Amino acid sequence: MNGKVAVVGAGFTPLRPLSPEVSFRELIFEAAVRAYQDAGITHQQIDSVVGVAEDFREGTCIFDEYTPDQLGAVQKPVQTVAGDGLQGLATAWMILQAGAAEIVVLEGHSKASNILHPAHIEAMALDPTYVRPHGWNPIFVAGLEMRRYLHQSGNTAAQAARVSVKNKRNALRNPIAAYSAEISVEQALASRPVAEPLTELQVAAPADGAFVFVIAHEKVLPRLKGQPVFVDGIGWTSDTCNLPTRDWARAVYAEKAAQRAYQMAGIRNPSDELDFAEVDDTYAYKELQHLEALGLAPAGQAGKLLEQGVFEREGKFPVNVSGGSLGCGHLHDASPLRGLLEAILQLRGQAGQRQLPKARRGLVCSWRGVPTATGAVVILSGRC
Amino acid sequence: MPKVAILGAGMTKFMRRSLETGRELCWEAASAALREADMTLDQIECVVMATAPDAFDGVHMKGEYLLDGAGAKGKPYTRVYVGGGSGVFAVIAGWWHVASGAFRNCLVVAEEKMSPTQPHPQGAFNAIYDQFLERPLGVNLLWIFALEMHRYMLTYGIKLETIAGVAVKNKRNAKDHPASQVAGDFTIQQVVEAEVMAYPVTRLMVSPVTDGAVAMVLAGEEQAKKRAGKQVWVEGVGWNLDTSYWTNRDLAYPQYVENAARMAYKMAGITKPREQIHIVEPYDPFAYKELHHLEGLQLADKGQAPKLLEQGFWDRDTTTGIPSSPSGGLLGVGNPIAAAGLAKAAEIYWQLKGEAGPRQIKRQAKRGVAQAWGDLMQVGTVVVLGI
Repeated sequence: MNGKVAVVGAGFTPLRPLSPEVSFRELIFEAAVRAYQDAGITHQQIDSVVGVAEDFREGTCIFDEYTPDQLGAVQKPVQTVAGDGLQGLATAWMILQAGAAEIVVLEGHSKASNILHPAHIEAMALDPTYVRPHGWNPIFVAGLEMRRYLHQSGNTAAQAARVSVKNKRNALRNPIAAYSAEISVEQALASRPVAEPLTELQVAAPADGAFVFVIAHEKVLPRLKGQPVFVDGIGWTSDTCNLPTRDWARAVYAEKAAQRAYQMAGIRNPSDELDFAEVDDTYAYKELQHLEALGLAPAGQAGKLLEQGVFEREGKFPVNVSGGSLGCGHLHDASPLRGLLEAILQLRGQAGQRQLPKARRGLVCSWRGVPTATGAVVILSGRC
Repeated sequence: MPKVAILGAGMTKFMRRSLETGRELCWEAASAALREADMTLDQIECVVMATAPDAFDGVHMKGEYLLDGAGAKGKPYTRVYVGGGSGVFAVIAGWWHVASGAFRNCLVVAEEKMSPTQPHPQGAFNAIYDQFLERPLGVNLLWIFALEMHRYMLTYGIKLETIAGVAVKNKRNAKDHPASQVAGDFTIQQVVEAEVMAYPVTRLMVSPVTDGAVAMVLAGEEQAKKRAGKQVWVEGVGWNLDTSYWTNRDLAYPQYVENAARMAYKMAGITKPREQIHIVEPYDPFAYKELHHLEGLQLADKGQAPKLLEQGFWDRDTTTGIPSSPSGGLLGVGNPIAAAGLAKAAEIYWQLKGEAGPRQIKRQAKRGVAQAWGDLMQVGTVVVLGI
């Protein structure tokens, strides 16, 4: 490696279930203006841009076409990664490490409200020959996985439901959250079944919003005014999304991605060396599964630790203090950027009424949703 | 910055309708590249995928679907996406995976299976346009190319017959390519008089609809130096994206290609491209595009590439000029969108190694350039390879 890489600017829009009066371009523009202001740069100083998007969600055949203008990046090295926000961060990190740029902008957004029938789009991700012809709503994959995970790990449905309760409550302190609420475990369990044992209140509801980050090599930090947050380690892994051959109980992608990120950051004992985590919770059970994959809970113990309050905002190891996707809204591939934003705010001491007393080093973990088995892990710290 | 070498490349046959699925095409190309690199999949540390619109295969998150075939299961895997420019961009992404020091090697795979789009992939191309301003016109890609070609001809006073010469040259070159789909001997007259698709574009001036995949293995200096023979290095990379509002720029000149080329040349230390570049594979989905891109790549003055074509400057057998699209390009070998760009980079690799067989150029070549283009006449991707 060739020096360190830091996030020096963060911009976002509040997350909302609907945003009929603005286009995705206007959402991105708003986030970009804030990010550049935060970093103390103008758009002329950007060397390169990495956006994350998937065509079918945008309703555009080659979405990459519509990315440069609203970022002020016309006629610059701009690209799209068809992956999640952390894979985008990894790409920016590699470009900076390779010396091809000194300042890279990372962009991710969601205009989920434009998608009339999300299940129709997600079903197109299922194998066209063996799986899609059944005509099932693709959320069945999550239902199957949840059942298998609970069976094999020994965690309970009530423990999974508690994740929803915690995250939606945490979101009450987050001004950008779209789905904050005070609910009970009983309510979460009794809500409408979506794909048993998964119920409606354990599924993150979609939201609209945009995130833009300014990422720089440490050698240019003296020129920038944004308070840097350093990337200590980053890893990403794809397991197969082929349903018959995948692992249904474990998040193997998160285990492998974490291994890489921990190794790069020199972390041996994550629970002790990290202070908090923002972990994918697209479905409530995924938070427990991911915590175990990340080594932040022993196998089969995540539910118990949750009940003991370990992962609460005031607990020993706060998880999704932002409210997670369950509390803030699901943003598809931009969801981990909401986690990244939270980590930056916590590490900078700018998280307001959510500020954790001890936040020196944190982790963000992503998952790309059904039917994928792709995820990434990043370790961030507030000091060099 | 660590040096990055190419250890092997491989490709499938390019064809109109493959019986193989996209995954199988990926597997075939990746296996061929690994064989040439004398490596096995377990030695590969990460994988990059390039594949253009999901609409072709009809699969959402197509990169995830293809990853098993590309050998990426359980590995760090990224799908990069700049439309038609993705093929060459895949080499660029493979370069930074290794040059960053994050990985010792990288398998790069590019796939396109256009045939599932019924009745024709041009239908999917309508959805690349702006939802409000352009899509309702029912436009496809031929339409925008016809506009750009017209503008290029008008600005520099270029004749249709001259541009047709590119199709004749490339389809002839492709006769020696074992993977080619639409190779053959044609006359200028045949090209000009072929069925008009969108005037002035005729059927023989446009690349075909193709299924296919290409793969390449990149590795750092440490691994590359262990093997005997000539090494081909990635000397420079560049990419550039212009505004989405294509109607607001002069279509006569691809400024974004110039910007990408200048970025790559700077990294490669190229100050006089016409002397320091000995072979070129410019993106040629349409006949005029090759000339357009040769100018953007600074290998000819604005409006002068057609004259050089008439003089045989771009011919494969030239000893004084710069051979252009010696593979046969998209017009001859075929155009599986993202895979076509990687096929161009692979051709430069084989030519520099002296392994292009009957396609081997006559002049000595130490350095070559592969370029791709895509989006709404908008993106340029350039790699400089050298020995």
